Amino acid sequence: MTTQHPTDPSPGAAPSVAGAVRAAGARTAPGRPALSGIRPGFGAFVREHGGHGRLVVQPRMGFADAGAMRDGLAATRAARARTVGTVTLDSHTRVGWLEAAASALRDGVPLNGYPIVTHPAAVTGRMLSGIRDEHFPVQVRHGSARPLRIFRTLAELGLDASEGGPVSYCLPYGRTPLADAVAEWAAACELYAGLREFGLEPHLESFGGCMLGQLCPPSQLVAISVLEALFFARHGVRSVSVSYAQQTSAAQDREAVAALRLLCSELLPTDDWHVVVYAYMGVYPRTPHGARALLGQAADLAVRTGAERLIVKTTAESLRIPTIEENVEALEYAAGAVAGAPPPPVPFAASVAATDTYREAAALVDAVLDLHPDLSRALLLAFRKGYLDIPYCLHPDNRGSTRSYIDADGWLRWEDTGALPIGHLVEPSRSRAVTCAGLLADLTHVSTRADEAALAASRELPSG
Amino acid sequence: MTDALDNDPGTRPAPTGGDDRRRPTVVVTTVASDSHTWNLVFLQLLLEELGCHVVNLGPCVPDELLLERCREARPAAVVVSTVNGHGHQDGLRVVRRLRADDLLAATPVVIGGKLGVDGDSTSHAAELMAAGFDAVFEDGAETLTAFRRFVGALEGTSQGALEPHHTEHTIGVPV
Repeated sequence: MTTQHPTDPSPGAAPSVAGAVRAAGARTAPGRPALSGIRPGFGAFVREHGGHGRLVVQPRMGFADAGAMRDGLAATRAARARTVGTVTLDSHTRVGWLEAAASALRDGVPLNGYPIVTHPAAVTGRMLSGIRDEHFPVQVRHGSARPLRIFRTLAELGLDASEGGPVSYCLPYGRTPLADAVAEWAAACELYAGLREFGLEPHLESFGGCMLGQLCPPSQLVAISVLEALFFARHGVRSVSVSYAQQTSAAQDREAVAALRLLCSELLPTDDWHVVVYAYMGVYPRTPHGARALLGQAADLAVRTGAERLIVKTTAESLRIPTIEENVEALEYAAGAVAGAPPPPVPFAASVAATDTYREAAALVDAVLDLHPDLSRALLLAFRKGYLDIPYCLHPDNRGSTRSYIDADGWLRWEDTGALPIGHLVEPSRSRAVTCAGLLADLTHVSTRADEAALAASRELPSG
Repeated sequence: MTDALDNDPGTRPAPTGGDDRRRPTVVVTTVASDSHTWNLVFLQLLLEELGCHVVNLGPCVPDELLLERCREARPAAVVVSTVNGHGHQDGLRVVRRLRADDLLAATPVVIGGKLGVDGDSTSHAAELMAAGFDAVFEDGAETLTAFRRFVGALEGTSQGALEPHHTEHTIGVPV
């Protein structure tokens, strides 16, 4: 990897937040050091404005040009909804290939996100100035398995909210060895936690609720999200969120988010946590009506489970990177779909604990934690032994012996649990040959269903 | 590390059977910046059902690794699938490097997916073909049919047994 990404920092390099913040200068430094205590950050904002039937909504949005990025954030802020902003980084920055990002910026070649390491700090400072404040926190989303360089830049800029995780940003999205990702994520968390010395409360969200976006059964999504949040906490980050991406069945999704909340309340050593729901992350409906309906279902899932935040998808999702206007439309649609929803009843812990999803997720989390007192070692052992194993993931450190399928009721089930420590909890299913047509049918199950419903509705409209 | 990415029947999507030695080897890959997997899993299964032996390099393949694995495998074809919008720039670079290699200069190399960030309102096919690709499969109604025709023309595949397919989704997972 070093020949491919010569600009990658050494994971062992000593983090220096203090130097970084000082170097960034007064304009972008995060305020006076700690004299007035810790300033409430992203986590506090979401917990104040989300949950109990209310939703903070957030786009996935990233533009290479600082002006366009500023326009996107301004439009997000001005949307008729309680929003937080997103700066999504480009793919070259994500994999640490900074020369490619720099040459693209120089030559005016389009990038699929904001190259935050490449833009001068002053450019990013001006981009955010007057937009990001205590009423509008901004999170940086990046997807990097080796994130130290990115986190160093975020610390320099005083940007106190980001996301990812040593597993969720490694296995699905590249070929970085898991051991390298775990080591670098540990260092990045510790560097980020150092922002507290400067009066900021850094927040990290686990991307573990996604894992390839589709066809990973919910119990393992819940388990990985909880394990990554624990990883952040053990490396000093006190404000965390756990994610869950909408899957194939609304009932199963509600069961999963309830399991996620119960496990967090049992295991996380902080009260400063919240749940973020991602609108469907797999193949997205092609019709605007189908896309909106799916987004509405995601918003419904979030409010009915007490989730505090929702990341939306747009009607353009299946076609291209959405425009600012399409993002704003999605934010307002999602917020409007659940406006005035009553606070959901608090589920009984005992009934949540009796569900299949909770029992499987708890068994996975417990088995991993029991492998080693050091969570970094435990995660590596877990993938080596197949205690965690992502269906269809091609990463060399993923065992690849699990399979999933969508059952007749639309629930995402285990077809083969491989070496996962949940064999006693899962009814064996007959093993079927995986074909490309079968895989495609499962991958497009949600989009096909949503598009067909939309087309059926449009046919019924003219005749009444 | 890369050995584990090969089509190992124990851990990867099950091959459709047959003797690998008689089947054309196809390298399935993406470009260095592209993290998407489902398109690669789907292509592996499709190519196996079409009678190919597949070496699937997985996501985020550095140029050097692709060259190295192609020199080893001497494939009947290289299939580059990319959906993150950088495929146009990365594809140009990759195919020039393949064409500059003595062993691979004549190997059929094709690319497909979402090749630009503008929803393919701009066609990149002419430029990619000029740089050395043998075919460009941009997201569209006839894409899969055209791709099957390309694979069917490779020696040793089982083109005659195929049913027509009517799906042309580009499968990707946004980050």
